[in-house]
Amino acid sequence: MRKFKETVIEKGLQASALVTIAVTVGIILVLSIEAILFFKEVSIIDFLTDTQWTPLYTDKHFGIITLLSGTLLTSFIAIIFAVPVGLSISIYISEYAPRSFRKTIKPALELLAAVPTVVYGFFALTVVTPFLQTFIPGLAGFNSLSAGLVMGIMIIPFVSSLSEDALHAVPNSLREAAYGMGSTKLQNAFRVLVPAASSGIIVSIILAISRAIGETMIVAIAAGQQPRLTIDPTVPVETITAYIVQVSLGDVQHGSLEYRTIFAAGITLFIFTFLLNTVSYKIRKKFREKYE
Amino acid sequence: MKENKDTIDKSLKRKHKLQTKDVKVFYDDFMAIKGIDMNIRANKITAFIGPSGCGKSTFLRLFNRMNDYIDGFRMEGEILIDGENIYKKKVNVEQLRKQVGMVFQKPNPFPKSIYENVAYGLKIQGIKDKSYLKDKVEDSLKQVGLWNEVKEDINKSALALSGGQQQRLCIARTLAVEPSIILMDEPTSALDPISTAKIEELIYELKEKYTIVIVTHNMQQAGRISDYTAFFYMGELIEYDKSKKLFTNPEKKQTENYITGRFG
Amino acid sequence: MNNIRKNRIKDQVFKFWGIACTFLGLILLMIFIGSIIVDGVQRIDWSFITSLPSRKAERAGIYTALMGSVWILIFTTIIALPLGIAAAIYLEEYAKESKLASLLEVNISNLAGVPSIIYGLLGLEVFVRIMEMGASVLAGSFTLALLILPIVIVSTRESIKAVPKSIRDASFALGASKWQTVSQQLLPASFGGILTGIILALSRAVGETAPLIVIGALAYVPFAPESPMDEFSVLPIQIFNWISRPQHGFETNAAAAIIVLLLITFIMNGIAVYFRNRWQSKLK
Repeated sequence: MRKFKETVIEKGLQASALVTIAVTVGIILVLSIEAILFFKEVSIIDFLTDTQWTPLYTDKHFGIITLLSGTLLTSFIAIIFAVPVGLSISIYISEYAPRSFRKTIKPALELLAAVPTVVYGFFALTVVTPFLQTFIPGLAGFNSLSAGLVMGIMIIPFVSSLSEDALHAVPNSLREAAYGMGSTKLQNAFRVLVPAASSGIIVSIILAISRAIGETMIVAIAAGQQPRLTIDPTVPVETITAYIVQVSLGDVQHGSLEYRTIFAAGITLFIFTFLLNTVSYKIRKKFREKYE
Repeated sequence: MKENKDTIDKSLKRKHKLQTKDVKVFYDDFMAIKGIDMNIRANKITAFIGPSGCGKSTFLRLFNRMNDYIDGFRMEGEILIDGENIYKKKVNVEQLRKQVGMVFQKPNPFPKSIYENVAYGLKIQGIKDKSYLKDKVEDSLKQVGLWNEVKEDINKSALALSGGQQQRLCIARTLAVEPSIILMDEPTSALDPISTAKIEELIYELKEKYTIVIVTHNMQQAGRISDYTAFFYMGELIEYDKSKKLFTNPEKKQTENYITGRFG
Repeated sequence: MNNIRKNRIKDQVFKFWGIACTFLGLILLMIFIGSIIVDGVQRIDWSFITSLPSRKAERAGIYTALMGSVWILIFTTIIALPLGIAAAIYLEEYAKESKLASLLEVNISNLAGVPSIIYGLLGLEVFVRIMEMGASVLAGSFTLALLILPIVIVSTRESIKAVPKSIRDASFALGASKWQTVSQQLLPASFGGILTGIILALSRAVGETAPLIVIGALAYVPFAPESPMDEFSVLPIQIFNWISRPQHGFETNAAAAIIVLLLITFIMNGIAVYFRNRWQSKLK
């Protein structure tokens, strides 16, 4: 009897765990089915090569590159900003700051990631853009620069926290060896510790990129809703995520081509983040084995 | 070795490489070193022995200020190297560590090539001359007797070497920056007997050119290689004398108890 | 010597750069919160909290959105909590080292990295359309529950892992079954940690906007939900809607609503940190 009860419980727990697999399968199925229906009407070659994205107009074009460029541009700005800053923070906290400081500052920095993104969007639109406009006169009200920068602030803790963990995990004996040879902390950090912790640091950067690519509200609010193939950070663009929001806010008929565009856009996004996450998982696995 | 007491005193005065004056160390409120006066002589091997936690490692690490990074560390007193107080405000710690090299308990090569390991100390000083670096690396590896074993693999990872080889590499790395003092913190405790013998031999040769201070758990080792031995207990220097004398005819009861294995 | 001096200067310069970077984000955040408080705090009063939405900025309130958030939070908890804890127990205590376990592990790690808007697309198709829940509280809660599931699982596993092995051994040695050990020893011992993880996950859910917009949650809902099948809005969507309007009065409203949202988020984070500290000191 007891054995029977134990088995039932185990099966129940297992079923709960399997829900996560169902979620992944569900995501892949939903995205692919709708995307396949989409590609029945729109050629995949047009989708990949057209340089305009105008599914909501009468003259319809479905060039995903246009949205992708918006996504990559805003993400690029965010990463260019967040990686040097986040890495500097991680080196400062793990090598320079007193231990007690580490304990308070890490949760404080993680607060940056806890702020709802809609709030960051408001920040970008009402504070950062007007501020930047004072010395970049041509800056449009909606632009990828301030959206990207604010997104950068948001992902700082992703970079700094994971990189700091990686630096912290480098055995102390290496630090002592470097100091014993007369290294300054800076030389020790860049010549010994960063190379030794490189896999963890790379993982943190990949996760930050993945996060930036999938970020929605900041770009939907501050970067605009004008699909445009450009690398100019001062003009409005539209990202994949912002487009999905734009369509969702309107009245789009279920089963229509417009409805399916958001799934086609969604699957593009999913493929990108899936690849990034898989790579980072692989590196992390390898890295864990190295230290244990 | 048959000098009389007068000549020993004279040479002590002439050859003091390292002097400590009433040195006390605190970790927060805990007093780890309780006021030690000591003179360490140039071109000799001085061994520190004593039970775990007696402060011998802490004391050793004062000489290149490696304790500076420990939270709550505080020191009183003076430590003089060639008559200069190394704990004065304006002392450049990096410069000091170039002069006072250190070899650690576990071999700790950087996860880089053998070449990069040995060249590291020179490179961080801004030396870029390739042929100079190459000569220096070869020279240092020859000094530790590692050159013939690794000359083909000089660009391979140092982590591929055996433990004993790694430790000799760490010594070579230290020699490359031409220190005058080498501190060794139980350098053979992680090694097998054959590697240990090689390192001991090497240490013995090195005293021609360097002043060596070695912390060891192993009393036989202290007896084999050192000229002087200092016995520490509970943060105090109990006895300090020529090794031969200390191991055969100690003055203090505590020393005798320790070296005969009655405690520790 | 000269080089060593230069290196020291570089070292000092980097130290100040590091301090500057560390505080940069926090200072910007404080500037921003400061400016929002200046913008919005005079707008916050009892009627702002209790008023229904309105076309006139000065009469509009956050009541329906706030209630929507509360409903969503409750149902998300009801769905995600048992599922997440059960999955975590299975992974940590039952499925160790098996092939299924490593598959689950990769999968959960991957799910944690899926952008939230993708969960919105999943919810739209599965809950709203196929299961015919419509853009209801329930559909929204299911969507957010799946979104935070990986976070709940990961943090619960960490907490269970932190329970000393000796407790497990002692329980088994006394003849307890696996489930008895889990339910009577491990779960109580890791309760504080699990709670922390769940509160953090919920604080993430309360700020989520995009997936709920995608499933069709509305910016304008005249009444607070009265059943799980009702339409709803949530605070972040209300904020987003006000931000998108041109009139200045709505910007003030948005600032005021942001103060409320941040207050909720920070209080939840604060509670989580408090529980974590208390739990960690107890575990020692």
